[in-house]
Amino acid sequence: MSLYNEIGGEGAVNAAVDVFYRKVLKDDRIKHFFTGVDMSKQAAKQKAFLTMALGGPNNYTGEDMRKGHAHLVAKGLNDTHFNAVMEHLGATLTELKVPGHLIAQAAAIAESTRKDVLGK
Amino acid sequence: MPKVVYGGQSYECGEGSILDCLTAHDVAVPSACRSGVCQTCMMRALKGNVPEKAKVGLQPTLAVQNYFLACSCYPQEDIEVALPELVRGKLEASVTRIEYLNADILGIRLKPARSFAYKAGQFINLFKDTATARCYSLASVPALGEELFLNVRRVPGGLVSGWVFEHLKVGDSIAISEAAGDCFYVPDKPGQDILLIATGSGLAPLYGIIRDALLNGHQGRLSLYHGSYNASGFYLVEELQKLARTHRNFSYVPCISEGEAGVPAGYAAGMVLDVALADNPDLSGWRVFLCGHPDMVNAAKQQTFLAGASMRDIYADPF
Repeated sequence: MSLYNEIGGEGAVNAAVDVFYRKVLKDDRIKHFFTGVDMSKQAAKQKAFLTMALGGPNNYTGEDMRKGHAHLVAKGLNDTHFNAVMEHLGATLTELKVPGHLIAQAAAIAESTRKDVLGK
Repeated sequence: MPKVVYGGQSYECGEGSILDCLTAHDVAVPSACRSGVCQTCMMRALKGNVPEKAKVGLQPTLAVQNYFLACSCYPQEDIEVALPELVRGKLEASVTRIEYLNADILGIRLKPARSFAYKAGQFINLFKDTATARCYSLASVPALGEELFLNVRRVPGGLVSGWVFEHLKVGDSIAISEAAGDCFYVPDKPGQDILLIATGSGLAPLYGIIRDALLNGHQGRLSLYHGSYNASGFYLVEELQKLARTHRNFSYVPCISEGEAGVPAGYAAGMVLDVALADNPDLSGWRVFLCGHPDMVNAAKQQTFLAGASMRDIYADPF
Protein backbone atom coordinates (compact mmCIF):
# COMPACT_ATOMS: atom_id res chain seq x y z
CA MET A 1 0.00 0.00 0.00
CA SER A 2 1.38 3.41 -0.92
CA LEU A 3 2.09 6.12 1.63
CA TYR A 4 -0.69 8.26 0.10
CA ASN A 5 -3.35 5.58 0.50
CA GLU A 6 -2.11 4.54 3.93
CA ILE A 7 -2.44 8.10 5.19
CA GLY A 8 -5.98 8.43 3.85
CA GLY A 9 -5.63 9.91 0.35
CA GLU A 10 -7.33 13.12 -0.69
CA GLY A 11 -9.39 13.34 2.50
CA ALA A 12 -6.22 13.42 4.58
CA VAL A 13 -4.71 16.11 2.39
CA ASN A 14 -7.85 18.24 2.74
CA ALA A 15 -7.66 17.92 6.52
CA ALA A 16 -3.98 18.80 6.49
CA VAL A 17 -4.00 21.80 4.16
CA ASP A 18 -5.76 24.29 6.46
CA VAL A 19 -3.73 23.22 9.49
CA PHE A 20 -0.47 23.41 7.57
CA TYR A 21 -1.12 26.73 5.84
CA ARG A 22 -2.24 28.35 9.11
CA LYS A 23 1.09 27.37 10.70
CA VAL A 24 3.01 28.78 7.73
CA LEU A 25 1.15 32.11 7.77
CA LYS A 26 1.66 32.53 11.53
CA ASP A 27 5.43 31.92 11.32
CA ASP A 28 7.40 35.17 11.52
CA ARG A 29 10.37 33.52 9.80
CA ILE A 30 8.51 32.86 6.53
CA LYS A 31 5.17 34.64 6.46
CA HIS A 32 6.57 37.65 4.55
CA PHE A 33 6.97 35.42 1.48
CA PHE A 34 3.16 35.22 1.37
CA THR A 35 2.34 38.94 1.65
CA GLY A 36 0.07 40.04 -1.17
CA VAL A 37 -0.46 36.59 -2.68
CA ASP A 38 -3.96 35.39 -3.51
CA MET A 39 -4.92 33.17 -0.58
CA SER A 40 -7.18 30.84 -2.57
CA LYS A 41 -4.63 30.18 -5.31
CA GLN A 42 -1.96 29.75 -2.67
CA ALA A 43 -4.10 27.21 -0.80
CA ALA A 44 -4.34 25.13 -3.99
CA LYS A 45 -0.54 25.20 -4.24
CA GLN A 46 -0.18 24.18 -0.59
CA LYS A 47 -2.50 21.28 -1.32
CA ALA A 48 -0.42 20.27 -4.33
CA PHE A 49 2.70 20.37 -2.16
CA LEU A 50 1.12 18.23 0.58
CA THR A 51 -0.21 15.76 -1.99
CA MET A 52 3.30 15.36 -3.33
CA ALA A 53 4.90 15.08 0.12
CA LEU A 54 2.38 12.41 1.06
CA GLY A 55 3.27 10.39 -2.02
CA GLY A 56 0.10 11.22 -3.92
CA PRO A 57 -0.39 11.74 -7.65
CA ASN A 58 1.60 14.64 -9.08
CA ASN A 59 3.53 15.51 -12.19
CA TYR A 60 5.84 18.13 -10.76
CA THR A 61 9.38 17.95 -12.04
CA GLY A 62 12.51 19.40 -10.51
CA GLU A 63 12.38 22.05 -13.23
CA ASP A 64 8.84 23.08 -12.17
CA MET A 65 10.07 23.43 -8.59
CA ARG A 66 12.96 25.64 -9.71
CA LYS A 67 10.81 27.90 -11.87
CA GLY A 68 8.03 28.11 -9.28
CA HIS A 69 10.36 29.31 -6.53
CA ALA A 70 12.89 31.38 -8.50
CA HIS A 71 11.18 34.68 -7.58
CA LEU A 72 11.37 33.72 -3.91
CA VAL A 73 15.03 32.71 -4.12
CA ALA A 74 15.62 36.20 -5.55
CA LYS A 75 13.98 37.55 -2.39
CA GLY A 76 16.34 35.57 -0.17
CA LEU A 77 14.66 32.17 0.23
CA ASN A 78 17.23 29.88 1.88
CA ASP A 79 17.72 26.72 3.95
CA THR A 80 16.40 28.37 7.13
CA HIS A 81 13.05 28.97 5.45
CA PHE A 82 12.98 25.49 3.94
CA ASN A 83 13.64 24.05 7.39
CA ALA A 84 10.75 26.07 8.82
CA VAL A 85 8.37 24.57 6.25
CA MET A 86 9.69 21.07 6.99
CA GLU A 87 9.00 21.73 10.68
CA HIS A 88 5.39 22.71 9.94
CA LEU A 89 4.89 19.65 7.74
CA GLY A 90 5.98 17.39 10.58
CA ALA A 91 3.94 19.28 13.18
CA THR A 92 0.81 19.19 10.99
CA LEU A 93 1.02 15.44 10.45
CA THR A 94 1.72 14.86 14.15
CA GLU A 95 -1.31 16.98 15.03
CA LEU A 96 -3.44 14.86 12.69
CA LYS A 97 -2.12 11.72 14.44
CA VAL A 98 -0.31 10.30 11.44
CA PRO A 99 2.03 7.48 12.63
CA GLY A 100 5.70 8.41 12.99
CA HIS A 101 7.08 6.12 10.31
CA LEU A 102 4.72 7.64 7.73
CA ILE A 103 5.69 11.17 8.79
CA ALA A 104 9.31 10.17 8.21
CA GLN A 105 8.45 9.01 4.68
CA ALA A 106 6.62 12.26 3.91
CA ALA A 107 9.54 14.30 5.28
CA ALA A 108 11.95 12.37 3.06
CA ILE A 109 9.89 13.15 -0.05
CA ALA A 110 9.67 16.86 0.84
CA GLU A 111 13.40 16.92 1.65
CA SER A 112 14.17 15.56 -1.83
CA THR A 113 12.93 18.85 -3.37
CA ARG A 114 15.29 21.07 -1.33
CA LYS A 115 17.92 21.69 -4.02
CA ASP A 116 15.36 22.49 -6.71
CA VAL A 117 13.25 24.73 -4.46
CA LEU A 118 16.30 26.71 -3.34
CA GLY A 119 17.72 26.85 -6.87
CA LYS A 120 21.00 25.15 -5.96
CA MET B 1 -16.89 7.13 -27.96
CA PRO B 2 -17.93 10.40 -26.27
CA LYS B 3 -17.32 13.70 -28.04
CA VAL B 4 -16.03 16.89 -26.50
CA VAL B 5 -17.39 20.11 -28.03
CA TYR B 6 -15.28 23.23 -27.51
CA GLY B 7 -15.57 26.53 -29.37
CA GLY B 8 -17.96 25.01 -31.93
CA GLN B 9 -15.54 22.18 -32.78
CA SER B 10 -16.18 18.56 -31.91
CA TYR B 11 -13.37 16.22 -30.83
CA GLU B 12 -13.31 12.45 -30.20
CA CYS B 13 -12.32 12.00 -26.57
CA GLY B 14 -10.74 8.53 -26.59
CA GLU B 15 -9.44 7.05 -23.35
CA GLY B 16 -7.87 10.19 -21.93
CA SER B 17 -9.17 13.17 -19.99
CA ILE B 18 -10.76 16.25 -21.53
CA LEU B 19 -7.46 18.04 -20.94
CA ASP B 20 -5.60 15.32 -22.88
CA CYS B 21 -8.15 15.49 -25.67
CA LEU B 22 -8.12 19.28 -26.07
CA THR B 23 -4.35 19.74 -25.76
CA ALA B 24 -3.84 16.94 -28.32
CA HIS B 25 -5.89 19.08 -30.71
CA ASP B 26 -3.85 22.22 -29.94
CA VAL B 27 -6.55 23.87 -27.84
CA ALA B 28 -4.69 25.94 -25.23
CA VAL B 29 -6.04 24.95 -21.80
CA PRO B 30 -3.89 26.18 -18.90
CA SER B 31 -2.70 23.31 -16.70
CA ALA B 32 -0.04 22.53 -14.12
CA CYS B 33 -0.25 19.47 -11.87
CA ARG B 34 -2.49 17.34 -14.12
CA SER B 35 -3.56 15.46 -10.99
CA GLY B 36 -6.78 17.18 -9.95
CA VAL B 37 -5.10 19.23 -7.27
CA CYS B 38 -3.94 22.67 -8.42
CA GLN B 39 -7.21 23.65 -10.20
CA THR B 40 -5.34 25.51 -12.96
CA CYS B 41 -7.21 23.58 -15.69
CA MET B 42 -10.70 24.48 -14.44
CA MET B 43 -13.35 24.57 -17.18
CA ARG B 44 -17.12 24.75 -17.24
CA ALA B 45 -19.60 22.32 -18.79
CA LEU B 46 -22.27 24.04 -20.89
CA LYS B 47 -24.08 20.82 -21.89
CA GLY B 48 -23.81 17.24 -20.66
CA ASN B 49 -23.00 15.68 -17.31
CA VAL B 50 -19.74 16.06 -15.46
CA PRO B 51 -18.54 12.96 -13.56
CA GLU B 52 -18.37 13.68 -9.81
CA LYS B 53 -14.67 12.79 -9.73
CA ALA B 54 -13.93 15.82 -11.89
CA LYS B 55 -15.41 18.15 -9.23
CA VAL B 56 -13.47 16.85 -6.22
CA GLY B 57 -11.97 19.70 -4.19
CA LEU B 58 -13.84 22.56 -5.91
CA GLN B 59 -15.70 25.09 -3.81
CA PRO B 60 -19.41 24.15 -3.67
CA THR B 61 -20.41 27.35 -5.50
CA LEU B 62 -18.21 26.33 -8.44
CA ALA B 63 -19.40 22.73 -8.45
CA VAL B 64 -23.09 23.71 -8.67
CA GLN B 65 -22.27 25.84 -11.72
CA ASN B 66 -20.79 22.79 -13.49
CA TYR B 67 -17.21 23.87 -13.19
CA PHE B 68 -14.82 20.91 -13.27
CA LEU B 69 -11.15 20.01 -13.59
CA ALA B 70 -10.31 19.08 -17.19
CA CYS B 71 -7.39 16.84 -16.14
CA SER B 72 -9.68 14.65 -13.99
CA CYS B 73 -12.67 14.57 -16.32
CA TYR B 74 -13.17 11.32 -18.24
CA PRO B 75 -16.55 11.92 -19.88
CA GLN B 76 -19.04 9.06 -20.19
CA GLU B 77 -21.20 10.91 -22.69
CA ASP B 78 -20.98 13.86 -25.10
CA ILE B 79 -20.14 17.10 -23.36
CA GLU B 80 -19.79 20.77 -24.37
CA VAL B 81 -17.20 22.74 -22.46
CA ALA B 82 -15.73 26.25 -22.28
CA LEU B 83 -12.94 28.07 -20.49
CA PRO B 84 -14.38 30.01 -17.52
CA GLU B 85 -14.00 33.50 -19.00
CA LEU B 86 -15.62 32.64 -22.34
CA VAL B 87 -18.95 31.46 -20.98
CA ARG B 88 -21.04 34.58 -20.55
CA GLY B 89 -23.47 36.00 -23.06
CA LYS B 90 -24.37 39.67 -23.52
CA LEU B 91 -27.86 41.17 -23.51
CA GLU B 92 -29.83 44.40 -23.37
CA ALA B 93 -31.52 45.73 -20.25
CA SER B 94 -33.69 48.79 -19.65
CA VAL B 95 -33.24 51.10 -16.68
CA THR B 96 -36.44 51.15 -14.62
CA ARG B 97 -35.36 53.13 -11.53
CA ILE B 98 -32.45 55.24 -10.30
CA GLU B 99 -32.22 56.46 -6.69
CA TYR B 100 -29.54 57.85 -4.41
CA LEU B 101 -28.86 55.26 -1.66
CA ASN B 102 -26.43 57.73 -0.08
CA ALA B 103 -24.40 60.69 -1.40
CA ASP B 104 -21.93 58.45 -3.29
CA ILE B 105 -23.93 55.35 -4.20
CA LEU B 106 -26.75 55.03 -6.72
CA GLY B 107 -29.25 52.19 -6.69
CA ILE B 108 -29.94 51.13 -10.28
CA ARG B 109 -32.79 48.78 -11.19
CA LEU B 110 -32.72 47.02 -14.54
CA LYS B 111 -35.19 44.92 -16.47
CA PRO B 112 -33.29 42.52 -18.75
CA ALA B 113 -34.60 41.97 -22.30
CA ARG B 114 -34.50 38.22 -21.68
CA SER B 115 -34.29 36.27 -18.46
CA PHE B 116 -31.01 34.67 -17.44
CA ALA B 117 -30.13 32.51 -14.46
CA TYR B 118 -28.12 34.08 -11.65
CA LYS B 119 -27.58 33.82 -7.92
CA ALA B 120 -27.82 36.76 -5.53
CA GLY B 121 -24.27 38.00 -4.99
CA GLN B 122 -22.90 37.18 -8.43
CA PHE B 123 -21.80 40.07 -10.65
CA ILE B 124 -22.59 41.28 -14.15
CA ASN B 125 -20.64 43.56 -16.47
CA LEU B 126 -22.22 46.90 -17.22
CA PHE B 127 -21.13 48.32 -20.59
CA LYS B 128 -20.77 52.06 -21.15
CA ASP B 129 -19.79 51.20 -24.73
CA THR B 130 -18.46 48.05 -26.40
CA ALA B 131 -14.93 48.62 -25.09
CA THR B 132 -15.67 49.92 -21.60
CA ALA B 133 -17.31 47.84 -18.89
CA ARG B 134 -17.16 47.39 -15.12
CA CYS B 135 -18.31 44.60 -12.82
CA TYR B 136 -21.24 45.24 -10.49
CA SER B 137 -22.63 42.78 -7.97
CA LEU B 138 -26.29 41.83 -7.89
CA ALA B 139 -28.10 42.80 -4.70
CA SER B 140 -31.40 41.38 -5.99
CA VAL B 141 -32.72 37.89 -5.26
CA PRO B 142 -34.09 35.95 -8.27
CA ALA B 143 -36.57 33.91 -6.18
CA LEU B 144 -38.22 37.15 -5.00
CA GLY B 145 -38.99 38.08 -8.60
CA GLU B 146 -37.06 41.33 -8.24
CA GLU B 147 -35.59 43.36 -11.06
CA LEU B 148 -31.79 43.40 -11.24
CA PHE B 149 -30.54 45.70 -8.46
CA LEU B 150 -27.04 47.22 -8.59
CA ASN B 151 -25.29 49.60 -6.18
CA VAL B 152 -22.97 51.88 -8.15
CA ARG B 153 -20.42 53.89 -6.18
CA ARG B 154 -19.05 57.09 -7.69
CA VAL B 155 -15.36 56.41 -8.31
CA PRO B 156 -13.28 59.60 -8.76
CA GLY B 157 -12.41 59.70 -12.47
CA GLY B 158 -14.30 56.43 -13.03
CA LEU B 159 -15.32 56.00 -16.69
CA VAL B 160 -18.35 53.82 -16.09
CA SER B 161 -19.52 55.10 -12.70
CA GLY B 162 -19.07 58.70 -13.89
CA TRP B 163 -21.25 57.95 -16.90
CA VAL B 164 -23.86 56.26 -14.69
CA PHE B 165 -23.99 59.27 -12.35
CA GLU B 166 -23.99 61.95 -15.06
CA HIS B 167 -25.88 60.45 -18.00
CA LEU B 168 -27.90 57.33 -17.21
CA LYS B 169 -31.70 57.90 -17.19
CA VAL B 170 -34.78 55.83 -16.51
CA GLY B 171 -35.89 54.27 -19.82
CA ASP B 172 -32.36 53.97 -21.24
CA SER B 173 -31.39 50.66 -22.81
CA ILE B 174 -27.90 49.46 -21.91
CA ALA B 175 -25.77 46.37 -22.55
CA ILE B 176 -24.95 43.99 -19.71
CA SER B 177 -23.38 40.54 -19.48
CA GLU B 178 -24.84 37.45 -17.91
CA ALA B 179 -23.83 36.83 -14.30
CA ALA B 180 -20.63 35.20 -13.06
CA GLY B 181 -18.73 34.81 -9.81
CA ASP B 182 -18.67 32.33 -6.99
CA CYS B 183 -19.64 34.64 -4.13
CA PHE B 184 -23.17 33.40 -3.37
CA TYR B 185 -25.20 31.29 -0.94
CA VAL B 186 -25.45 27.52 -1.33
CA PRO B 187 -28.09 25.89 0.94
CA ASP B 188 -25.96 22.83 1.75
CA LYS B 189 -25.42 23.54 5.47
CA PRO B 190 -28.47 25.33 6.90
CA GLY B 191 -27.06 25.32 10.44
CA GLN B 192 -23.66 26.82 9.58
CA ASP B 193 -22.85 30.24 11.08
CA ILE B 194 -22.07 32.86 8.43
CA LEU B 195 -19.96 36.00 8.85
CA LEU B 196 -20.39 38.74 6.22
CA ILE B 197 -18.07 41.76 6.05
CA ALA B 198 -18.38 44.66 3.59
CA THR B 199 -17.04 48.12 3.02
CA GLY B 200 -18.84 50.71 0.87
CA SER B 201 -20.87 49.31 -2.01
CA GLY B 202 -19.48 45.84 -1.21
CA LEU B 203 -22.72 45.64 0.75
CA ALA B 204 -24.61 44.95 -2.50
CA PRO B 205 -23.80 41.24 -2.93
CA LEU B 206 -24.13 40.62 0.80
CA TYR B 207 -27.61 42.22 0.87
CA GLY B 208 -28.58 39.71 -1.83
CA ILE B 209 -26.86 36.75 -0.15
CA ILE B 210 -28.45 37.45 3.26
CA ARG B 211 -31.97 37.64 1.85
CA ASP B 212 -31.35 34.55 -0.28
CA ALA B 213 -30.15 32.61 2.79
CA LEU B 214 -33.15 33.74 4.88
CA LEU B 215 -35.50 32.79 2.03
CA ASN B 216 -33.90 29.33 2.02
CA GLY B 217 -34.65 29.02 5.74
CA HIS B 218 -31.04 29.28 6.89
CA GLN B 219 -30.90 28.47 10.63
CA GLY B 220 -27.31 29.37 11.56
CA ARG B 221 -26.25 32.89 12.44
CA LEU B 222 -25.96 35.53 9.69
CA SER B 223 -23.73 38.26 11.15
CA LEU B 224 -23.27 41.30 8.91
CA TYR B 225 -20.64 44.00 9.54
CA HIS B 226 -20.65 47.03 7.23
CA GLY B 227 -17.77 49.50 7.42
CA SER B 228 -17.61 53.20 6.55
CA TYR B 229 -15.49 56.24 7.50
CA ASN B 230 -18.51 58.05 8.92
CA ALA B 231 -22.25 57.66 9.45
CA SER B 232 -23.15 59.13 6.05
CA GLY B 233 -21.55 56.16 4.25
CA PHE B 234 -24.19 53.62 5.24
CA TYR B 235 -27.24 52.74 3.16
CA LEU B 236 -30.08 50.21 3.09
CA VAL B 237 -30.01 50.81 6.86
CA GLU B 238 -33.77 50.67 7.41
CA GLU B 239 -34.10 47.53 5.28
CA LEU B 240 -31.33 45.80 7.22
CA GLN B 241 -32.67 46.90 10.61
CA LYS B 242 -36.08 45.57 9.64
CA LEU B 243 -34.56 42.22 8.63
CA ALA B 244 -32.76 42.09 11.99
CA ARG B 245 -36.05 42.68 13.81
CA THR B 246 -37.89 39.97 11.91
CA HIS B 247 -35.12 37.32 11.86
CA ARG B 248 -33.51 36.40 15.18
CA ASN B 249 -30.50 34.76 13.50
CA PHE B 250 -29.60 37.89 11.50
CA SER B 251 -27.60 40.74 13.04
CA TYR B 252 -26.44 44.00 11.47
CA VAL B 253 -23.53 46.03 12.84
CA PRO B 254 -22.56 49.26 11.04
CA CYS B 255 -18.96 50.19 11.95
CA ILE B 256 -17.53 53.73 11.85
CA SER B 257 -13.75 53.87 11.44
CA GLU B 258 -13.16 57.61 12.07
CA GLY B 259 -13.79 59.74 15.14
CA GLU B 260 -13.74 56.81 17.50
CA ALA B 261 -14.27 59.05 20.52
CA GLY B 262 -18.02 59.06 20.09
CA VAL B 263 -20.13 57.21 17.56
CA PRO B 264 -23.93 57.51 17.53
CA ALA B 265 -26.02 54.87 19.29
CA GLY B 266 -26.47 51.73 17.20
CA TYR B 267 -23.01 51.97 15.61
CA ALA B 268 -19.75 50.23 16.52
CA ALA B 269 -16.48 52.20 16.58
CA GLY B 270 -13.47 50.87 14.68
CA MET B 271 -12.33 49.24 11.47
CA VAL B 272 -14.98 46.80 10.29
CA LEU B 273 -12.64 43.78 10.23
CA ASP B 274 -11.38 44.48 13.75
CA VAL B 275 -14.92 44.81 15.10
CA ALA B 276 -16.09 41.62 13.38
CA LEU B 277 -13.13 39.60 14.69
CA ALA B 278 -13.42 41.01 18.22
CA ASP B 279 -17.08 39.91 18.31
CA ASN B 280 -16.29 36.52 16.74
CA PRO B 281 -12.75 35.47 17.69
CA ASP B 282 -13.22 31.78 16.84
CA LEU B 283 -14.45 31.17 13.30
CA SER B 284 -13.93 27.40 13.22
CA GLY B 285 -16.72 25.91 11.12
CA TRP B 286 -17.98 29.29 9.87
CA ARG B 287 -18.62 30.36 6.30
CA VAL B 288 -17.30 33.82 5.45
CA PHE B 289 -18.27 36.36 2.75
CA LEU B 290 -16.00 39.37 2.13
CA CYS B 291 -16.74 42.21 -0.30
CA GLY B 292 -15.44 45.72 -0.78
CA HIS B 293 -12.09 47.48 -0.71
CA PRO B 294 -9.32 45.11 -1.90
CA ASP B 295 -7.10 45.93 1.11
CA MET B 296 -9.87 45.00 3.53
CA VAL B 297 -10.78 41.87 1.56
CA ASN B 298 -7.20 40.58 1.36
CA ALA B 299 -6.52 41.24 5.03
CA ALA B 300 -9.84 39.68 5.99
CA LYS B 301 -9.22 36.54 3.93
CA GLN B 302 -6.06 35.90 5.87
CA GLN B 303 -7.36 36.92 9.29
CA THR B 304 -10.63 34.98 9.11
CA PHE B 305 -8.60 31.96 7.97
CA LEU B 306 -6.20 32.36 10.89
CA ALA B 307 -9.24 32.70 13.17
CA GLY B 308 -10.27 29.18 12.15
CA ALA B 309 -12.43 29.44 9.01
CA SER B 310 -11.51 26.82 6.42
CA MET B 311 -10.15 28.13 3.11
CA ARG B 312 -12.98 26.34 1.31
CA ASP B 313 -15.53 28.32 3.33
CA ILE B 314 -14.17 31.79 2.52
CA TYR B 315 -15.78 33.64 -0.41
CA ALA B 316 -14.61 37.03 -1.58
CA ASP B 317 -15.12 39.71 -4.20
CA PRO B 318 -12.43 42.40 -4.21
CA PHE B 319 -14.63 45.23 -5.52
